[in-house]
Amino acid sequence: MAKLITASQFADPDAAYRALVEARRSLSEVDAAELDTKLVLILANHIGDIDVLREAIALAKGG
Amino acid sequence: MSNVRKSIYHYDYRRSPDQDAAVAARRPVVVVGAGPVGLAAAIDLAQRAVPVVLIDDADRIGEGSRGICWSKRTLEILDRLGVGERLVAQGVTWKLGKVFVGDDLLYAFDLLPEEGHKMPAFINLQQFYLEKALVDRALELNNLDLRWRNKLVGVEQRNDGARLTIDTPDGPYRLDADWLIAADGARSTARRLLGLDFAGVTFEDKFLIADVHMAADLPTERRFWFAPTFHAGQSALMHRQPDDIWRVDLQLGPDADPIAEQAPERVRARLDKVLKGHDYEPEWVSVYTFNCRRLDRFVHGRTIFIGDAAHQVSPFGARGANSGIQDAENLAWKLAAVLKGEGGSALIDSYDTERIEAADENIGHSTRSTDFMSPYTAAERRLRDAVLSLAPQAEFARRMVNSGRLSLPAVYDTPLSTPDTSPFAGSAKLGAPLPDAPLRRADGGPTHLLESLRGEFAVIHVKNGEAADGAKPEAVDGMALIAIGDDLIDDEGKFTQRFDATPGSTYLVRPDQHLCARWRTFDTAALTRARDRALQR
Repeated sequence: MAKLITASQFADPDAAYRALVEARRSLSEVDAAELDTKLVLILANHIGDIDVLREAIALAKGG
Repeated sequence: MSNVRKSIYHYDYRRSPDQDAAVAARRPVVVVGAGPVGLAAAIDLAQRAVPVVLIDDADRIGEGSRGICWSKRTLEILDRLGVGERLVAQGVTWKLGKVFVGDDLLYAFDLLPEEGHKMPAFINLQQFYLEKALVDRALELNNLDLRWRNKLVGVEQRNDGARLTIDTPDGPYRLDADWLIAADGARSTARRLLGLDFAGVTFEDKFLIADVHMAADLPTERRFWFAPTFHAGQSALMHRQPDDIWRVDLQLGPDADPIAEQAPERVRARLDKVLKGHDYEPEWVSVYTFNCRRLDRFVHGRTIFIGDAAHQVSPFGARGANSGIQDAENLAWKLAAVLKGEGGSALIDSYDTERIEAADENIGHSTRSTDFMSPYTAAERRLRDAVLSLAPQAEFARRMVNSGRLSLPAVYDTPLSTPDTSPFAGSAKLGAPLPDAPLRRADGGPTHLLESLRGEFAVIHVKNGEAADGAKPEAVDGMALIAIGDDLIDDEGKFTQRFDATPGSTYLVRPDQHLCARWRTFDTAALTRARDRALQR
């Protein structure tokens, strides 16, 4: 059974997107990829649920 | 085809007696710039019995890159100025939008799900029609003196006014103004003459904008594409206007050559792909870039900036001319009150506070839309493309897709409001324009709340409540009293719902239809205090 939430959870999705844009504004593609990889690890640990992580991987690969 | 639309309405220069005056004539208000914003300000002031001189360096309307989307709040303001119904009848009413990724529909949206508003969410109408309607209205007002081919060439700031030098075909003349309203656009002469800095962000991305004549039976909706096959890698927008005119807006990228892109065969090649299979004729074409910036302050002594002269945003989201007309409405009643001695001088400062707040909100939305639509770097583009790629499957990503968040009126966090002492639910908000509601007049005819408020302070009172200290609900200190249940009847219950109204509920409305105080009982003293606060006296 799906546990991954794909419904929007941010009160202001534009602000969340803006935060991600600002984080990479001055970065090269390689540096931005490194940033994103660290973000994945940090957020995956924060979620702390292997089923959710597997579902998220499947969504990202299919999307 | 030409990149200069031929002028559609022409007006004659007429010599004013002020040009022959031995001593410079003195006027309470001079407005410079007869675009939508300057016209709205001048008409609003004239309707408030303030004599106005409105000058413009041209003698015609109908040229250049122009707005087409007019928002509900703007239409409500224009309705009070006497042209709202005419414009709605003339314009294309729309509320549906569609966003495509590639050639696939990502989502559709409906802008006004709520019933019972007199004005629609948006109309599309060529700016020259709106200007024509406002000029017609201006010419009906005896105390509005509209002077074409009067070009501002000098401003000398004084403690009690501004001394202007105005050039005309007959040569220059002087005119003294108690107040100067600068509505002279993004390249404001008044701003330059005062040497004011206009700092902000200039975006490098270039866009091709074209109005084409095309008799196509396509639906009336805003269509936006990210990376469609007909315009590879870039975004595209298509929007309907009256007279079988369609607005097409194509992103060209930062490296596009603005001159080469306007060559007729180049434009044709692009439009052929967008409008494939349709017969069309380009009527007007231009290439633009845009800025997000504003003046530090809008009030500079006796000179006050409104519209694009004060702030500039990207065109995505209908925030330019719409916010300018809202500036005009915010300023007009305040300036009229100060000139009549009813308002304190701090009232003018509240124009600065409230409209800078609104401008910052617009610039914020505009910047975010631009971040999404035209990413700065490869890394930002990768993030944007990931959102677009996830969007069909994941709602959270769809919500981040940004093709322009359409303009909503600002809710002012302002010293003019009296804080609530009782809780209120409903959609009415302190500091916001009143939500409209369908009502019935005492004589039985249908009306709407907003058209019942004609620009003065008004008290709306719901009858059959208890009054504080035995006060009788009656007109207080010259303010109009509207009794819900007697003067206006809420048959459908929408007023009650939107204002969380209970018997006795009493609302104080500013002349610009913003809510500035509310109570659960009628209290004469509280009403007077709140009105005095809203006038800063």
